[in-house]
Amino acid sequence: MTALWLVLLIPLFSGVLQALFGQHRLAGNFNVLSSVAQLFASIWLAWIVLQHGPQGEIDSQFYIDSFNVYLIALTALIGATTSLFSRAYMADEQAHGRLTHARMRLYHASYQGFLFTMQLALSTNNLGVLWVALEGATLATVLLVSLYRTPESVEAAWKYFIICGVGIAQALFGTVLIYFAAAHVIPDPEQALLWRVLVEHGSSLQPVIMAIAFVFLLVGYGTKVGLVPMHTWLPDAHSEGPTPMSAVLSGLLLNVALYALVRVKILTDAALAGGDSGHDPQLAGYLMMGFGLLSFTVAGLMLHRQRDIKRLFSYSSIEHMGLMTFAFGLGGPLATFGALLHMTVHSLTKSSIFISVGHAAHIARTQSIDNIRGLIATQPAVGWGLLIGTTAIAGFPPFGVFTSEFLLLSATMEIRPWLTLPLLLGFAVAFAGLFRHLHPMVYGDIPEGQTAVKANMWPVALQLSLVLWLGLSIPEFLSRWFDQATQLITGSHLL
Amino acid sequence: MIAQLPIYQQAILLLASLVLFSSFALLAQTRVVAIIKVFAWQGGLVAITTALVAYDTGQHHLYISATLTLGLKALFIPWLLLRLVNKMGLNKEAHTVEHPAMLLIVATALVIFCYYVVQPIEMLSQSITRNTIAISMSVVLLGMLMLVSRNKAVSQVVGFMSLENGLFFAAVAATHGMPMVVELGVAFDVLVAAVIFGVFFFHIRDSIDSLDVSQLNRLSELDE
Repeated sequence: MTALWLVLLIPLFSGVLQALFGQHRLAGNFNVLSSVAQLFASIWLAWIVLQHGPQGEIDSQFYIDSFNVYLIALTALIGATTSLFSRAYMADEQAHGRLTHARMRLYHASYQGFLFTMQLALSTNNLGVLWVALEGATLATVLLVSLYRTPESVEAAWKYFIICGVGIAQALFGTVLIYFAAAHVIPDPEQALLWRVLVEHGSSLQPVIMAIAFVFLLVGYGTKVGLVPMHTWLPDAHSEGPTPMSAVLSGLLLNVALYALVRVKILTDAALAGGDSGHDPQLAGYLMMGFGLLSFTVAGLMLHRQRDIKRLFSYSSIEHMGLMTFAFGLGGPLATFGALLHMTVHSLTKSSIFISVGHAAHIARTQSIDNIRGLIATQPAVGWGLLIGTTAIAGFPPFGVFTSEFLLLSATMEIRPWLTLPLLLGFAVAFAGLFRHLHPMVYGDIPEGQTAVKANMWPVALQLSLVLWLGLSIPEFLSRWFDQATQLITGSHLL
Repeated sequence: MIAQLPIYQQAILLLASLVLFSSFALLAQTRVVAIIKVFAWQGGLVAITTALVAYDTGQHHLYISATLTLGLKALFIPWLLLRLVNKMGLNKEAHTVEHPAMLLIVATALVIFCYYVVQPIEMLSQSITRNTIAISMSVVLLGMLMLVSRNKAVSQVVGFMSLENGLFFAAVAATHGMPMVVELGVAFDVLVAAVIFGVFFFHIRDSIDSLDVSQLNRLSELDE
């Protein structure tokens, strides 16, 4: 468990230090250092789980199984690569006088604080602590959204705060209801919110209460996942905050919120399995499918009318989160396996895209799609990074997103054939929506006076190579993890 | 029915109804200082209820929760809000409520809806828990109603915190509180949220010269 403590304590201590000394000119380097240290700790933890199986007792506060360990490693990886990008990017912002020293301190402290809440949410075994950590993630990032103090950014931050705060409050109510249902079954009240204990007693939890609780939890955590119609905070927060934060929000926060939702879905499914409550045993799945498909469709259509490059890609995030929610709702080993893979490749690809987008916005000195032109001619690395990243996220082979979307389509065809049509249509609409904007941005004529900027594209290269690798062949240890997680979620193996 | 209950449970029911009443008062109140004071009373009522439940059930950790609630919801947050309001010179300001009668009818409908939702839960055979859960759910929904019906930042924050009161009340009434680690975590989050709200008042005022959040309307999907 030493590895787990390191994963949690490194960002916590680093966050405190940054809050005290974050205005120092080396703070950006320190941010990279602690994020990379956290990455190594999480790889160590993953190695332990790979060798020795799940860590932690049933009744301990932390529990690491194959479902959360790969998300912990993924979170640390994207935290580290984004911190590399953030060092160059934020130094440039400061050089252009957009940020003061005090705000750099706030930025660095919030960055590490956010990573801490993400890892806490993933590793805890306690549903109450999971809630506290997700609310903490909102609090850690809300002041980052308004970092530039423009009227737009303050508006975005207020919306983010109120909508996510109210949303997540619904999730707390759902958690209270789960505790209420559990208190009658589990004698020790201190253990009644531990996920592992709840799973053991899953079938004896009152189905009616669990059904009501799940609705509240779906609305609550669904707000953070960015499900339509609770998604309105997401494009605003992504477009107005600093770009490294957009990368970690899209790559990490949405995933972790979905992770929380899947955990409570497992409990709800177990409670409703009897079917003697008057509720459909698949109630949770149906709700997730409905919300997921709605988000997928609406976000795909909204891609077409975006004028801001960061808003464009945040709608693409909503679309993909909708797809994953749909897949988890669909159930069955194939769909779940596909959704787990999709979580990984989407995070890697989307955060790499936001890095390219950040540099592109620096080159053009604007976020307006109409004014970003000729990226490949100005700075080939950024232009190609954006082009390849967008190609990957649109689901082209040979990238990993293609693999996972193909698995999801096959699963849909197998379980609910008539839903294949809206899915295929949605893919086509989203593809068109992305490329009609992308093409003029990467090609097109160079505007006068546009020059290259200092950019660090190594994170993009690394992440896109990983996505390519996952598209060509999934390494054995990863597929074994996905398979174990699939077994945990659906009760049966795929491989 | 009610008269057969022990005296403490009767008192808890009475307090629960007072909490619900304070939610209605928040909805209809227009003066900003009065809103904050009603909110402080609501926090106080929730704290007293918690202490009563602690005494009635012998769960001593609930006394800590009661103290936390009293300190945070009845004293610190109202004090913070009043101080900010005075500092910004908003204390004479009235927050108009559009269609107050309509709002209260909707609120009543929400309360009835909450009772309708909890009705089928068999486990709630005791009338006291059924009532308190329905009431706490109503307080949550009325808090949301207050959030959407107001367009001043201060009122929205009060609505948000009142919603949080409803959640806490649900935890106390239905399950005699949550595990301690969770309660401390939630209290910490509420504290941080209150401070950040305070910071935001200044940001909003600096950017639009008032705390009327309906003027925050630059970001939208509509074409200009």
